[in-house]
Amino acid sequence: MQEINKEYQPLIVAFCCNWCSYAGADLAGSSRLSYPANVKIIRVPCSCRVNPMFILKAFQRGADGVIMCGCHPGDCHYTTGNYYARRRMTLLFDMLDYLGIEKERTRVEWVSAAEGVKFSNVMNEFAAKICELGENKRLEDLRCKE
Amino acid sequence: MQRIENLMKAKAIELLENGTVNRVLGWTAGDFYYDNTPAIFNSKEEIEKSFVYNSFCGANLSKYLVKERKNEGKILVFLKPCDTYSFNQLVKEHRVNKDNIYIVGIECQGHLSIEAIKAKGIDGVVGLEENGEEVTVKSIYGDKTVVRGEVMLEKCLSCKSKKHVAYDELIIVNEMPEADSMKRFSKVAELEAMTADERFAFWKSELSKCIRCNACRNVCPACTCTKCVFDNPESGVDAKANADKFEEKLFHIIRSFHVTGRCTDCGECSRVCPQNIPLHLINRKYIKDINEFYGEYQAGADTESKAPLTAFTTSDIEPGSNLKEGK
Repeated sequence: MQEINKEYQPLIVAFCCNWCSYAGADLAGSSRLSYPANVKIIRVPCSCRVNPMFILKAFQRGADGVIMCGCHPGDCHYTTGNYYARRRMTLLFDMLDYLGIEKERTRVEWVSAAEGVKFSNVMNEFAAKICELGENKRLEDLRCKE
Repeated sequence: MQRIENLMKAKAIELLENGTVNRVLGWTAGDFYYDNTPAIFNSKEEIEKSFVYNSFCGANLSKYLVKERKNEGKILVFLKPCDTYSFNQLVKEHRVNKDNIYIVGIECQGHLSIEAIKAKGIDGVVGLEENGEEVTVKSIYGDKTVVRGEVMLEKCLSCKSKKHVAYDELIIVNEMPEADSMKRFSKVAELEAMTADERFAFWKSELSKCIRCNACRNVCPACTCTKCVFDNPESGVDAKANADKFEEKLFHIIRSFHVTGRCTDCGECSRVCPQNIPLHLINRKYIKDINEFYGEYQAGADTESKAPLTAFTTSDIEPGSNLKEGK
């Protein structure tokens, strides 16, 4: 198992809010901090924009892990967006866990525009975890596989 | 039961004749004794001919009011205690006009499941005789007495309340049994205690039975969008049989998430499922989570309170922090 995982490159989708986390990712880049290249960032106006369907769709299209990043609670550009997102994701991730999808595949992290280091650390950590778990077999759609 | 049916008929005719209402929403007799169907009655003759109320009237009539909103005049509707929660929720979401509805709350001793009766080896049911906990099922092959608790619908076995939360008047003859609303979550807790692999195996075997008939969506009083994402061919998730292992999961996760905080746990989804998938267990998980994380909340208990997903506090728990480590 370990042998296979060395070769295996997971696909990770990261939803980043435009105002904090995306800028944080930018800072990580301009500070020349490395984070795994298989993290695909999708920029959203606010973490609150992330529809639960987006997360499921990402899994369906072959993502092995999905992470949502937003401004720290209290710092939302739209004042309260991430508070709503927090409730939604709490319930959704709990439901995924209830249906038997490994809870390590989903994560929410609050990353501000000044936290380039945190962004890179979080992504490295998350990618390592997904590598350990291996391919997402429980939510993939076979038709989307090559 | 016969006595209640007669009282209901008399009430319906009285209100129709004195002009309070111009139509009645109730149950009409089907081809068999046990397949009563929700129906609109416009006249005294229609009511006398086919109006029926017996222990096979499990259907929740509140959703039918959404369609009736477009029609002129006041409508009389008969609601069981759990149906009044759905009604309140519809009022809250402005899906029905309360002023045009006259509610008669009716007694409910728990409704029966024809599947459970058939599972007891009783076929060809032609009538019921009810005497408290004992139910004598009359069939073309003779009578058989069973215990009520063994042949009830799942939603009635785990009844959340016997209290009408919205009504203009009540028809109650016999005392209704007490409901224990916490009993509902025992199966959810049981599943939670399993390992992720066991849970996955359980849901895979249950959800893969789904034929995407959309009955759960169509019957759900919380599913009242005029345009549903599952009807939109552009969405990529429109109605289709599950050709792969993901399809049915996506449908049920999204549908249940959409009714989170609005689901009153009326149990209609599981009642109508032709494949007998325990869909109520998905909704109840959300209800249990909401109760645990954000305080006790019963959708439809009133028409004013804020739904959990449209509210927040600055100290809500962090996503995933409640979950145990490990697969």
